[in-house]
Amino acid sequence: MRRIKERVIHGLFLLNGLIVVFVLLGIFVLLVRTAVPAFKEISLKDFLLSKTWNPTALVVEPSYGILAMLVSTFMVTIGSLLIAIPVGVGTAAFLSDVASPRVREIAKPVLEVLAGVPSVVVGFLGIVLVGPFLARIFHLPNGLNALNGSVLLAVMALPTIISLSEDALNSVPRSFGEASLALGANRWETLVNVRIPAAFSGILAACMLGMGRAIGETMTVLMATGNAPAMPTSFLHAVRTMTAAIAIELGEVAYGSAHYYALFAVGLVLFLITFGINAISDVMLHRYEKVNR
Amino acid sequence: MISKKTFQRLGFGYLAVCFLLVLGVLGVVLWDIVAKGHSVLRWEFLSTMPRKGMTEGGILPAIVGTVLVTVITALLAIPLGMGCAVYLNEYARDNFLTRIIRLSIRNLSGVPSIVYGLFGVILFVESLRLGTSVLSAGLTLGLMTLPWTITASEEALKSVPNSFREGSLALGASKWEAIRTNVLPYAVPGMLTGTILGLARAAGETAPILFTGAAFYLPFLPRSLSDQFMALPYHLYIMSTQHHAIAKVRPIAYGTALVLLGVVLSMNMVAIVLRYKLRKLKRE
Repeated sequence: MRRIKERVIHGLFLLNGLIVVFVLLGIFVLLVRTAVPAFKEISLKDFLLSKTWNPTALVVEPSYGILAMLVSTFMVTIGSLLIAIPVGVGTAAFLSDVASPRVREIAKPVLEVLAGVPSVVVGFLGIVLVGPFLARIFHLPNGLNALNGSVLLAVMALPTIISLSEDALNSVPRSFGEASLALGANRWETLVNVRIPAAFSGILAACMLGMGRAIGETMTVLMATGNAPAMPTSFLHAVRTMTAAIAIELGEVAYGSAHYYALFAVGLVLFLITFGINAISDVMLHRYEKVNR
Repeated sequence: MISKKTFQRLGFGYLAVCFLLVLGVLGVVLWDIVAKGHSVLRWEFLSTMPRKGMTEGGILPAIVGTVLVTVITALLAIPLGMGCAVYLNEYARDNFLTRIIRLSIRNLSGVPSIVYGLFGVILFVESLRLGTSVLSAGLTLGLMTLPWTITASEEALKSVPNSFREGSLALGASKWEAIRTNVLPYAVPGMLTGTILGLARAAGETAPILFTGAAFYLPFLPRSLSDQFMALPYHLYIMSTQHHAIAKVRPIAYGTALVLLGVVLSMNMVAIVLRYKLRKLKRE
């Protein structure tokens, strides 16, 4: 009797553990199933390679090309990484190699609080602070553009990049740094020539995870990048990312129309991109753990 | 030629500037919201309905909505997250299935929040016919919170020494009895701490609730779980981008941002302080 009870309990916990697998599969399957009807009316080639996204066109044929959104998404994301990586890795190196234990103790909750600021609040600050600031510097009518989005996403990616890079630097074996110091290198040379290279794949994985978060971020870019669905030509132009397009249009679209399905197809593309990025950073993190063991 | 020492000083100087920049960013974020938001923050703002097309009045329904939806999120994410963590840490062997489960958790935590929103629309709103409601939105947020809850709960379980389990087993307890009496009581506080952080993030999320239940404006509080609701993050989005008189309602937007930030950050603070206390307790 007791044995049966134990088995049942074990089984229930197993089922509970399997739920995450079902959820991930469920997201993928339901997205695919809802995206597929879109391709009855849209050719896959047009979807991926056409620059015009105009599903509500009345006079001309509606068009469903996501290339402009795809380019916008990557532009804003890469811009954010150009800001967040030097600052984030620098901060991580400061915390692991320069700061006193006291400063490190303070830094941890600070990063957690920064990570805890809701994306909609960051987006709001993009409108009321960063936007006017950019408009004044670059003499623009308003500051809602790709650069604004990049700045905000950099802020949002920073906690991820900093804490994971710091972990990577902290897990470099002490003997590496000691050997370098013993050979006459000073602490800066040791950091740049020995410790950062040794932690490189961990730092790269941290940056990739930050990138994954930036690509999937919705509210900040929706509020701060100006939402012009055309192909962007510069960082000072308004852009519309994939996430923003879904957020704006899904509320207004007729259920079961080609436009409706097309938005789920955009969601599927987004899912696949972030899945790919996370998988790559996962492999890198894993390899790096193995090397250090 | 710059000497080695100067070079090091410059280098460390750059690193310190990076750190100060991060501190500065957080400072600016908090300072701006608090400085411009506190003037509207009166009891009336927290306790009354919006009036006159949301140009006046308070944000009570948004506060109630956010609290309600977070309760649903917790009811889904806490038991499932803890159960999954117990399976992974106590029962699972290192085999293919376990690796698949762990891989799923890592990938789920990277799925964009708007994609959870789409998933919620298909699964809860349409397939399960729950409509756009508190329930749909809460369940969607609950699924999104799951990977964070699991990771946090597993950390807590890992920190219970193996001797606790072994002692109980040696006295003749079954595996479940050992977990129930000698593992869970010591792990639950840590599990809850991590979960609070996850719930704080869920409470501040907007994208997953955009199409699963959040409403632009409702002049009443949700009366059942199948009602639509107003939520703080969505209200801030509306007040700062979609309202017809954006400049006029800017103070209300700032006030909403302050309340939202206050709710989310105080949840964070509770978790941080709890964790600190638990760690101290363990050391003693």
